[in-house]
Amino acid sequence: MELNDLLIWLLPVPPLLAFFVILLLANRSNRASWMIGVGAAALSFLGSMVVFVRALGTEHLGEHPLGSSLDWLPLNGGFFRIGVMVDPLSAVVLFFVAITVLMIFIYSVGYHNWGQPKGDHDQKGLPPHGATVEVHGHKHVVPSIEPMFARFFAFIGLFAFGMFTLVLADNLLLLFIGWEIMGLCSYLLIGFWYGKPSARDAMIKAFMTTRVGDVFMLLGIALLYTTTGTLSFRAILFDESVLTVLASADSHVLGFSVAGLAGILLFIGTVGKSAQFPLHVWLPDAMEGPTPVSAMIHAAAMVSAGVYMIIRMFPLMAAGMDHGHLTSPMLAMAAIGAFTALFAATIALAQNDIKRVLAYSTISQLGYMVAALGIGAYVAAAFHLVTHAFFKALLFLGSGSVIHGMEHGVLHTSNHHVDPQDMYNMGGLRSKMPRTFWTFLIGGLALSGFPLVTAGFWSKDEILADAWAHGHLIVFAFLAIAAFLTAFYTMRQITLTFLGKPRTKEAEHAHETSLWMTAPLMVLSVFAIGFGWVGIPEKFPILGGFSNNWFHHFIGHSLPEWLYAEAPEFSWVPLGVSLVVALGGLGLGYLVYRNVPSAEEDPLRKALGPLHRVLQNKYYFDEAYDFLFIRSSRWLAEQFVFLIMDRKLIDGLLHLVARVTFWLGGIFRNYFDIPVINQFIGDTLGGAVPQWFGKQLRKVQTGVVQTYMILAMLVAFGGLFIFMFITR
Amino acid sequence: MSIQDFPIISVIVFLPAAVGLLLMLVPKDRDKLAYNIALAAGLVTFLLSIVVYVSFDQPLAISVNERLASGELLPASEIYQFYDEFDWLPALGISFKVGVDGMSTPLVLLTGLVMFTGVIISQRIEERKREFFVFLFILASGVFGVFVSLDMFALFFFYEIAVFPMYLLIAIWGWKQTREYAAMKLTLYLVIGSVVALVGALAMFFAAGGTTFDMVTLERANFPRDFQILWFPFVFIGFAILGGIFPFHNWSPDGHVAAPTAVSMFHAGVLMKLGAFAALRIGIMLLPEGAKFHLPWMILLTLVNVVYGAYIAMVQTDFKYVIGFSSVSHMGLVVMGFATLNHDGMVGAGVQMVSHGVMTALFFAVVGMIYDQVHTRQLDELGGMVKYVPHVTLAFIVGGLVSMGMPGFSGFIAEFPIFMGVWGEKPFWNGPVFPEWLNFLNGDNNWIAIVAAVSIVITAAYIIRLIRKVFFGEFPKQFEGHMHDVNPSEKLALGLLVLVLVGIGIFPSVIVPMVETGVERVLILLGGM
Repeated sequence: MELNDLLIWLLPVPPLLAFFVILLLANRSNRASWMIGVGAAALSFLGSMVVFVRALGTEHLGEHPLGSSLDWLPLNGGFFRIGVMVDPLSAVVLFFVAITVLMIFIYSVGYHNWGQPKGDHDQKGLPPHGATVEVHGHKHVVPSIEPMFARFFAFIGLFAFGMFTLVLADNLLLLFIGWEIMGLCSYLLIGFWYGKPSARDAMIKAFMTTRVGDVFMLLGIALLYTTTGTLSFRAILFDESVLTVLASADSHVLGFSVAGLAGILLFIGTVGKSAQFPLHVWLPDAMEGPTPVSAMIHAAAMVSAGVYMIIRMFPLMAAGMDHGHLTSPMLAMAAIGAFTALFAATIALAQNDIKRVLAYSTISQLGYMVAALGIGAYVAAAFHLVTHAFFKALLFLGSGSVIHGMEHGVLHTSNHHVDPQDMYNMGGLRSKMPRTFWTFLIGGLALSGFPLVTAGFWSKDEILADAWAHGHLIVFAFLAIAAFLTAFYTMRQITLTFLGKPRTKEAEHAHETSLWMTAPLMVLSVFAIGFGWVGIPEKFPILGGFSNNWFHHFIGHSLPEWLYAEAPEFSWVPLGVSLVVALGGLGLGYLVYRNVPSAEEDPLRKALGPLHRVLQNKYYFDEAYDFLFIRSSRWLAEQFVFLIMDRKLIDGLLHLVARVTFWLGGIFRNYFDIPVINQFIGDTLGGAVPQWFGKQLRKVQTGVVQTYMILAMLVAFGGLFIFMFITR
Repeated sequence: MSIQDFPIISVIVFLPAAVGLLLMLVPKDRDKLAYNIALAAGLVTFLLSIVVYVSFDQPLAISVNERLASGELLPASEIYQFYDEFDWLPALGISFKVGVDGMSTPLVLLTGLVMFTGVIISQRIEERKREFFVFLFILASGVFGVFVSLDMFALFFFYEIAVFPMYLLIAIWGWKQTREYAAMKLTLYLVIGSVVALVGALAMFFAAGGTTFDMVTLERANFPRDFQILWFPFVFIGFAILGGIFPFHNWSPDGHVAAPTAVSMFHAGVLMKLGAFAALRIGIMLLPEGAKFHLPWMILLTLVNVVYGAYIAMVQTDFKYVIGFSSVSHMGLVVMGFATLNHDGMVGAGVQMVSHGVMTALFFAVVGMIYDQVHTRQLDELGGMVKYVPHVTLAFIVGGLVSMGMPGFSGFIAEFPIFMGVWGEKPFWNGPVFPEWLNFLNGDNNWIAIVAAVSIVITAAYIIRLIRKVFFGEFPKQFEGHMHDVNPSEKLALGLLVLVLVGIGIFPSVIVPMVETGVERVLILLGGM
């Protein structure tokens, strides 16, 4: 193995080592654990940048990716090989993962109140409540350090390991391993504050919901493996003959081709992981975890992984596509993606929790990417994946900073009934937390697609342009409306949080957070703006020549040649629509929410009437799933399968057999044993016969020793005779 | 003298029983001494089984398989490694022949591991410790004997030796509430199973001329197809009862729950494997035509096992019953793997036997550690244990991840090939049985793989529920002061078990190629399918 390839293998290792070292050795020392954690992230970051730069400098990287593989699992006579690979797609994903992960790690140090005293009554498994300190004779309540500070860095290290593994995998199985490791970590981290019942519920919900998707994905992997005999990306996706066979072979399932079925099964995995409708329910609850975890899940790792996987598998999804006629997995993606984008955006309109709004916006933005893939806009999906990761990480970390600022106010007033996450308790934070405000504003504008400047504009615009250019008007319409709503609720959020006057005392006493937290925000906001410029369409008026649409040319060559498509022709219609919805939404949002004093007077509530309640309750999906799946299957398992089938039927039969046997035994005893055996055999044979024998034997028992000897000799000889002649 | 000449297998088989007899000489009140002797014997047996595992000659096994495949009629002494024999009852054609192949070697190691850890976990037993170890060791001898016997009579002999002490172990040291019922239920089921299997075995013995019980000879007896089809279900189901096959699985959860911890570990960890293993050795290998005829439909029974066990486990309120039913579910996968009769399925089943054995031993050990301190297993009464037993919690979570087939752990290495094996197999019926709109179910067994795989979700549900209810949440006030961390030796035991689960998961080549050599031979007997 070359040294260069070895570096790729080593990229995921530091966070994994950090996990073990912290858990086993450094669990007691908070200082050591954050240093190890952040150090590991930094090492992986540096390595990733080296690899990224090398990838940029490699000619024809798409055809000849970097990497190598090893024998791993022996299957069917051969070995299943696992390996690492860096092609343009993984290089770009590696780039944003490494940066966001490092930023999240650094942010976590501040978020978990490094440097603050131990809390007065803090318990493991609950968020810190604050500590009382005496300064110049005055008692103050200040934030206290997280009681499980060290453990957090261990878990999040493992999380990062899972993501790096997934990105670098050169085959589906290794990707799946990274995928599952992240599933596990999301479980551990969402439930990090396991003392809160809501966190415990959320951790289970997240794990179980994604698990449903995972199982289908595993089936898709099994199907691919049994039909092709390999899971290597290169072997399946870059071999036109394999794809043609897969696309034409009948899978016997609902008329799908093998490629179609495998694509749909894999896509269900993404539906779970990237929280698409109808498996979206876990993601909003996942914010029960600490905020860096939310950023990790929503931006850097987990949900991006789902989209990354289908981008990676795109040649399979598109296998059998001819002349713009979409394949069934693509249709499914287009429909679900577009629907989810709009659906989640409507829910976000009516949420008051600052993180919840962002959570639904994540679902909605992921819908964009999925829809983009569905209509074949491969590059646009990858582009939006990257830009979204930057600005969503920024927004989540920003919201964490806001919440911390609010908690500061809560500690000051000691009124613990005030929810520091409710946007209606905020207002006017702009002057209190300027760094957080400006970075959050950048993130929000990027999310809304504020024209020309932000990254979100360029990536979103490319998706809309693709949809328009290829005539997918329904998708275009859904996404355009969703873009309008996105701009609207984002401005609502910014207005309610930062603008106007403080609505509560707590907001008045909010305080800017430390540089640990705001520095990562500033770094991320650079990317939330700058990263868009690498993908400006060449024909774009005036700005077109800036980067010659470098991104498109670079990423496009991750695809095999026959799928490579040029960027869509420039058209004014999608651009115009983008401009109108973004600016219109932002403007309207500001105008409507400028002077809203409380949640009761939310203008949307009046405008929408009962529909607002439905939105606020997320279309009652949680309730419906609880009834349909959880209660009903528990009931079935308990009442029917266990009590009736297992205990009544099977055990009942067994006990019946036992009872019949006993009964028969009784019959035998009473009607056969006692009258027949005892009477006849017992008294006659058992009594009389031995008596007779006894009488005869008495004659032998003479008491003369010689007679005994003769008898013994006879028996011995007889025995010998039998042994020698009969048993031979 | 090379290691292959030393009668190491015979030593492994008889050492536990011999130590068991020796233990009877220990004065009754010297419990500590009895425990130390048992621990030493367990360690020695475990080390010997490691020696067997490490020195198993894989290239040799592969070349033997090649020679067998080319039609050579090799004697048992060349097919099996560490071969050893002496006559027992020559007049009846019974002899003591032992040896191991790629299928049984991992199981010998598994038994050694469970025995050693089981002894450690039993240190908390207070009542008649000495006698407990006597019976446990006799049981262990029986288990080892079944895995290495190459003579059908000897196999049955050891099988009964393994089953009989179970009755006493459960009835005397078991959970007071159900021990008599459970011990009786278990013994009756297993004895009936073995009698049914014995009938089939005797039929083979006589059909082959009534001169030998030697299994390699019987493999070559070329029983007529009708004969095989008639007797296969007797042998297979008879043994599979011990493997917990539906609908004869009910002895197992009740038995697991009533048994003391080490016995549960043995019982679910090793004893259930005896059933699946004997069903393979005597059922599939001696009656391959019968297997090909019957197993395609029997796979449905195993599917019921998988789903049904998981489903019931989900709603149990007793910690130990959850694990008990999960064993029913996982053993279903073992038998399902064998029932595919193809390479991947059987390799998966072979690995799953070890993986499940270690995992479930771990589970029961954990249950025992908690029950012994707080004296309840009701999930509603437990909680927050992570505070007192963090390492045990971690071990249990690892076991849970194995159980739900998480990649990177042994469960995945075992279950993935099983699903692969089931996938694409043709079903036993010809022509459509499902209605038109479900036509895609008619072509092959993919739907079985799908249903079995979906049950992984249910598995995840009950494992998560356990972790949440037992280890997290509020620690019940009434147990304050009752719960302490386990001692280092118990942690060592858990650590060993975890090591195996993770080791196989990350380096599957430590076991898979070995199992493959065993499977290869079965495939040759099946006619090179």
